[in-house]
Amino acid sequence: MNIIDFGNAFFSDSAHWHGYDGIPQRFLEHLQYSLLALAIAAAIGLPVGLLTGHTGRGGNALAFIANAARALPSFGLLVLAVLLIGFGLLPVMIPLVVLAVPPILVTTYEAVRSLDPAPVDAARGMGMHESRILFQVEVPVALPLILSGLRSAAIQIVSTATIAAYVSLGGLGRYIIDGLYQRDYEKVVGGATLVAFLALLTLALFWAVARVAVSPGVRRR
Amino acid sequence: MSRFFDIPSDLQHSWAGLIGLHMREALLPVAAGLLLALPIAQLCGRFRWLYPPVLGMTTVLYAVPSLAFFVVLIDYTGQTELTVMIPLALYSLVVLVPAIVDGVRSVPDETLAAATAMGFGPVRRYLQVQLPIAAPAIIAGLRVATASSISLVSVGALIGNQGALGNLLAAAQKYDRPELAVNAVLTMAVLAILCDALLVGLRVLLTPWMPRAGSRPKPAPRREGITPEGAVR
Repeated sequence: MNIIDFGNAFFSDSAHWHGYDGIPQRFLEHLQYSLLALAIAAAIGLPVGLLTGHTGRGGNALAFIANAARALPSFGLLVLAVLLIGFGLLPVMIPLVVLAVPPILVTTYEAVRSLDPAPVDAARGMGMHESRILFQVEVPVALPLILSGLRSAAIQIVSTATIAAYVSLGGLGRYIIDGLYQRDYEKVVGGATLVAFLALLTLALFWAVARVAVSPGVRRR
Repeated sequence: MSRFFDIPSDLQHSWAGLIGLHMREALLPVAAGLLLALPIAQLCGRFRWLYPPVLGMTTVLYAVPSLAFFVVLIDYTGQTELTVMIPLALYSLVVLVPAIVDGVRSVPDETLAAATAMGFGPVRRYLQVQLPIAAPAIIAGLRVATASSISLVSVGALIGNQGALGNLLAAAQKYDRPELAVNAVLTMAVLAILCDALLVGLRVLLTPWMPRAGSRPKPAPRREGITPEGAVR
């Protein structure tokens, strides 16, 4: 049997489509963890990145924080958090947020900072308030890059949220971990396929969002 | 805290031994990734139409979670170090290929023309002009790949003691000794920071014409798509 056969066997078994261990349920759980982690990470990374990018200050401190956060191993943080806090959603959110904040933070900062200064100066010369400059000039022009930072964070969260299953939560990682211990390769291949599918779905979603949200004038460049 | 470095004997390694193992399992794949990425990036630079599909393929590979990758590979390579290293090498490709392609593309046409006019052949031009100018971008990619590789090796603990320092995490749970988990996380973080510092030092050595720290270099023009920052995990 090769990987494709394993995958076929998994998806054609109707038992995998119903109930608490069914694909729809696990898919929703995975989506829920991912969205929550992305929302928290964006709530931290976006404002800080926008502010530091706008003022141009604190870039070195930011790079240092991002590097330090990147050095922390996700799986290690998860195990540590579970040992210290106990089981639950919180110990899973910690590594996912630590994972997702650096790309959002650094990309947002770089996106705003490396803008063409001419339109920003023009806006300031027209007497626009600093907050209006940020939200009506800088953010729209920097949006493609900001979105790409969010997108890479989202993809990493989606594929790393599988470790939630290691600490007895649900999500698509359930299939991979259970399959590993049950020596059931169908499950592992099925779970991996589903996670990869969700990651591709995320890519497509961000592409669509960029299509709608980015102003045509910015996109054409 | 007195038992901080007291490693359970079933790991069959001392703390220093685990560090050595961890570095080998993390850095060899990055080196292999670099060796693979250079020719791939060269091909992508030569044949422009090749770049989008290559980028798409590496992105799809990257979307497969490391744990799933390990488990699927067990069928072929067994519960060995190789099972951990193959996915890590593939992940580092995702970061390195765009970094090298963008770096090599960012070499100005005048520079290339000047090299050609001086009688440089294509190979010498690549080695002595294009690669050195692309070095900052390549090293930026290597930094991200190395950090994520060091972090991901620990997941190998789940496929049966192949996670080097990650095995300490499993042991921390098995023996209910949180200090081992603290030890593992801290050691991995310090290793990642040290490697990062070494790579930064390497960049300073390789590119003596670049401004040193303090005056930040102008940000390289970014492309829509995967930025080096884009593939941290």
